[in-house]
Amino acid sequence: MNRPLVLSIVCVGCLLEVCCWQATPQEATTVVMQTKEGTTEPEMVQQELPVRFGFGQRATRAEIAAWDIDVRPDGQGLPAAAGTVAQGRSIYAQKCAACHGPTGKEGPFDVLVGREPREGFPFGKSMEFFRQKTIGNYWPYSTTLYDYIQRAMPQNQPGSLQAHEVYSLVAFLLYQNEIIGPDARLDAQSLPLIRMPARDRFVRDNRQGGVTFR
Amino acid sequence: MPEQHAKRSKGSKMSRRLWLTGTAGLVGGMAIKTVYDAVNTASAASPSTVSQPPLPQKQQGISQSVPKDPTKVPGRLASELGQRAPYEHPRRLVVKPQLSGYSVTPLQDLRGIITPADLHFERHHGGIPAIDPQQYRLLIHGMVDRPMRFSLSDLKRFPSISRFYFLECSGNGFLSVPSEKSTPEISPQRLDGLISTSEWTGVPLRMLLREAGVNPRAKWLLAEGNDAAVMTRSIPLEKALDDALIAYGQNGEALRPEQGYPARLFLPGWEGNTMIKWIRRIEVSDQPFMTREETSKYTDPLPDCTARLFSFEMDAKSIITFPAFPYRLPQKGWWEITGLAWSGRGRIVRVEVSTDGGRNWRRAVLQSPVLPKCQTRFNFLWNWNGKPATLMSRATDETGYVQPERELFLRKRGAGTFYHANQIRAWKVQKDGRVLFDI
Repeated sequence: MNRPLVLSIVCVGCLLEVCCWQATPQEATTVVMQTKEGTTEPEMVQQELPVRFGFGQRATRAEIAAWDIDVRPDGQGLPAAAGTVAQGRSIYAQKCAACHGPTGKEGPFDVLVGREPREGFPFGKSMEFFRQKTIGNYWPYSTTLYDYIQRAMPQNQPGSLQAHEVYSLVAFLLYQNEIIGPDARLDAQSLPLIRMPARDRFVRDNRQGGVTFR
Repeated sequence: MPEQHAKRSKGSKMSRRLWLTGTAGLVGGMAIKTVYDAVNTASAASPSTVSQPPLPQKQQGISQSVPKDPTKVPGRLASELGQRAPYEHPRRLVVKPQLSGYSVTPLQDLRGIITPADLHFERHHGGIPAIDPQQYRLLIHGMVDRPMRFSLSDLKRFPSISRFYFLECSGNGFLSVPSEKSTPEISPQRLDGLISTSEWTGVPLRMLLREAGVNPRAKWLLAEGNDAAVMTRSIPLEKALDDALIAYGQNGEALRPEQGYPARLFLPGWEGNTMIKWIRRIEVSDQPFMTREETSKYTDPLPDCTARLFSFEMDAKSIITFPAFPYRLPQKGWWEITGLAWSGRGRIVRVEVSTDGGRNWRRAVLQSPVLPKCQTRFNFLWNWNGKPATLMSRATDETGYVQPERELFLRKRGAGTFYHANQIRAWKVQKDGRVLFDI
């Protein structure tokens, strides 16, 4: 019997003794494997898994509905309500302007409004443009506005806005960005149909490791 | 007090406990010298049955005075919770003290590859939520046969795995891209401290998805956090079924609140933003959700006037953490250049170091273990002749990917790039020993 094995048996013995005393039955096993060099290495064991463990509970419709607030680009998840640019303007002044500026261009936090540069999408050209990313020149999907505002805004009262308030704020911000007209009314049908200026600018990641730097 | 404890220690239960403790090797063959020692040894074995006598203030480990000769004064006793030596003050640097803010890991103060949990960098979008682990639940629903709810103890009952992985914000190193914020007086912590490495423990996400039964037409899932930002990211199902974890352990203990307590998504090798902390919900879908984070924020504008979407993997990168600003080499002679290298695509196979600004490169020593999607420590002995020198490191990963030079990086990514800034960094050693970042 080699030395490591003897040691491990002694250790297991000690562990078992303490475990018994503390009356917490516990299996202590040590698997050692002899390799050709005379060293010992832990043996890798693959265990068979059951098809299902049966842990956890079935989620109820009510608990899913309480948390399932996301909105997809195809409109799935948008609630039945509506909002207008005019209503959005007053909600914005009350709850958003302090962080994003009176018109959405001033900050101090994220600048929301701006169409410049209108053509070319030159954001990869200079850090200067990095600071000018707005809803109007960079956001590819209109539905993202609804999804984000309703879950995280305003920052000091997240999740406090009603559906019609969110639609109204989205309408106001899209109007400010010259994407919809002043009389537009947004709901679950009309919002996903709005095509954003930067919609076709996004491409899938083509980095894949290997010798070519992309 | 001593009399009372002496009396209790004569009981048969106590003798038995002491004997066992000795057998288990906790105190070995050490003779019990005093009653005081005996009581404290016993209470270490079973604190619930024997009350510990109050210790002198200096022995509680808070303010131990330093004797001239530590061999002539008994030291302080064991304590329930350890703490750093009073002379060591590694600290995160809180760069942006806002609800959507961050702090960075003191890379220059760390040895080896593990980041102590209390020094792991932070990035929060709505502050750190307070979550009761008893109330915690994770929902899995959408395109599944059985919508499921898992408690924390449910998650812990599944087979667990523990792995060493790095976690890096894809914005890490943005200050290395020339901008109006560029400065040569920047430490490794400030420059590249949005990376940390831990041993993460959790349940493979595929086991939970198997429990729910994923629809064969499903391709994506939405992960959602239980914080004030209700953070969401779309994750390809392929990754979820590969090496994704729902992690609840970090370096041997529960996750820190800043790292997602009680449970978070962990996607080895991917940008940190995807690894939703405080995860409460997973919705299985046939398409991505195009959340605010993955469209307006974590995308990469390119010089050809497009922008990369879903740039998940972290490219191979290395950084020298010593010598670096604000350290000043006090004299010429032998110094060990040291740093960290990692790749989101697997193992680091080589790190080269240049001390002449990239003209000549020599291999650095990689410290074991070299693990996939984990930081690797490299060392390089350097005999400084006291003249100005430019120190650089260059990592290669197992896919053959070589960390790019700055010129190549900026040409391909464009001057307006921000995330995934992994180009070779350079530190300029001045004649007076000062070390400045070469921006």
